Amino acid sequence: KLAEAGRNAELSTRETLAPYYNVITHNNFYEFGTDKRDPVRNAQEFKTDPWMVEISGEVAKPGNYHLEDILAPHALEDRVYRLRCVEAWSMVIPWLGFPLADLIKRFEPTSKAKYVQFTTLLDKEQMPGQRGFFSTIKWPYVEGLRMDEAMHPLTLMAVGLYGNALPPQNGAPLRLVVPWKYGFKSIKSIVRIHFSETMPATSWNMTAPDEYGFYANVNPEVDHPRWSQATERRLPSSLLTPNIIDTLPFNGYADQVAHLYKGMDLTQWF
Amino acid sequence: MVSVAPMRLFRWWLFFLLLLLPLGMLVEGLLTNDLGADPAKYIVKELGFWALCWLWLTLAVTPLRKFFGWRWLMAYRRMFGLYAFFYAVLHLLAFATFLLGWRWDMLMTELTKRPYIVMGSLALLLLLPLAVTSTQKMQRRLGRRWKKLHLLIYPASLLVLFHFVWQIRSDFFQQLIFAILLAILLGYRLYLKRRS
Repeated sequence: KLAEAGRNAELSTRETLAPYYNVITHNNFYEFGTDKRDPVRNAQEFKTDPWMVEISGEVAKPGNYHLEDILAPHALEDRVYRLRCVEAWSMVIPWLGFPLADLIKRFEPTSKAKYVQFTTLLDKEQMPGQRGFFSTIKWPYVEGLRMDEAMHPLTLMAVGLYGNALPPQNGAPLRLVVPWKYGFKSIKSIVRIHFSETMPATSWNMTAPDEYGFYANVNPEVDHPRWSQATERRLPSSLLTPNIIDTLPFNGYADQVAHLYKGMDLTQWF
Repeated sequence: MVSVAPMRLFRWWLFFLLLLLPLGMLVEGLLTNDLGADPAKYIVKELGFWALCWLWLTLAVTPLRKFFGWRWLMAYRRMFGLYAFFYAVLHLLAFATFLLGWRWDMLMTELTKRPYIVMGSLALLLLLPLAVTSTQKMQRRLGRRWKKLHLLIYPASLLVLFHFVWQIRSDFFQQLIFAILLAILLGYRLYLKRRS
């Protein structure tokens, strides 16, 4: 199915892609270590088959589903998105996936479903980062979206990149990609999708509420308390000419998503 | 029997090369293109880390000498301190060149918006006069004031620790280790002072 995916040109940026090597060796996946190069070193034995996904909460069809059944009805497409990390670097990545909205519709959320929460696998055996004694993150990693954000056509469930299945360090077998939000919202290796009426807890927000908000929309106007978000380093960059570019509101997707936040004070809801 | 001079020469070179090793490995990594997908950040981080290590090593000389009676270690304190300063300068240069591309507007934003960068810069500023007055000539010239001046290493080390701690994302293992080490190194001095 990966091979059949055609590029969605309309939703893809034409900017230069980050080389495959960079995409698979520069990862923030703290379950496999906090250094950027830890995940590629520590995740290679990660078992992604069989893989179960639990659908729960305010839906008509909750249950535990095999990944194959989750993926079966969806045609994959190739989308080139900008990924802007909260640490002020960015990459352009060709993902393979399908709209999260299509997945959500199948499980028929009730009228009470206002938010979606995602959970990463909890497995201390396989994920050395979860065994760490000195981490302030409470495992498993959780992230969330408002229902309208989850249903937005840009919001992608990814199963691959660069035409291949996702490598474990990039969040195999199933990860979220929300291109107008900081990278940490794009949760990896998802085992649970939960629908709720109230705003769910999210990992970085629990770890440092003053630094990471629930929304985490890319916003050059709202700095991280410890660094500026006005610019970013687009990787790959060369040593003598760091590829510094201005960060765009909503990571350049303002036309498509700004209306979701109309009337909201984005300095408060950062 | 080995005479003293070759032994000292051997030790000097041993320390000299040992402390140069991390830089050598960075250069090797750079030449073999083996510093990961973001070499700029990696180099800056590594240089900072080793500057910190060598500063702590410099601070360890006196306690080690007094506790274990290693008087010979004194002869290498200047080298350790200068290495700490050298790595710190490279760290700053790498930051300004590889991460900021010498964009002055960004340098100003970084200095005002990243408090830990202010901490690091201040630490380096405090170490500068120590490096400048590290020669024997200066030591003789300054006499008792030299010792006083070089007390600046204490506030500098605290600034460096803050510089490091302030960057914690989630994992604080390394920071904890260096904080404990610094507490021991400075605490031991206080203990000795109290006792005397």
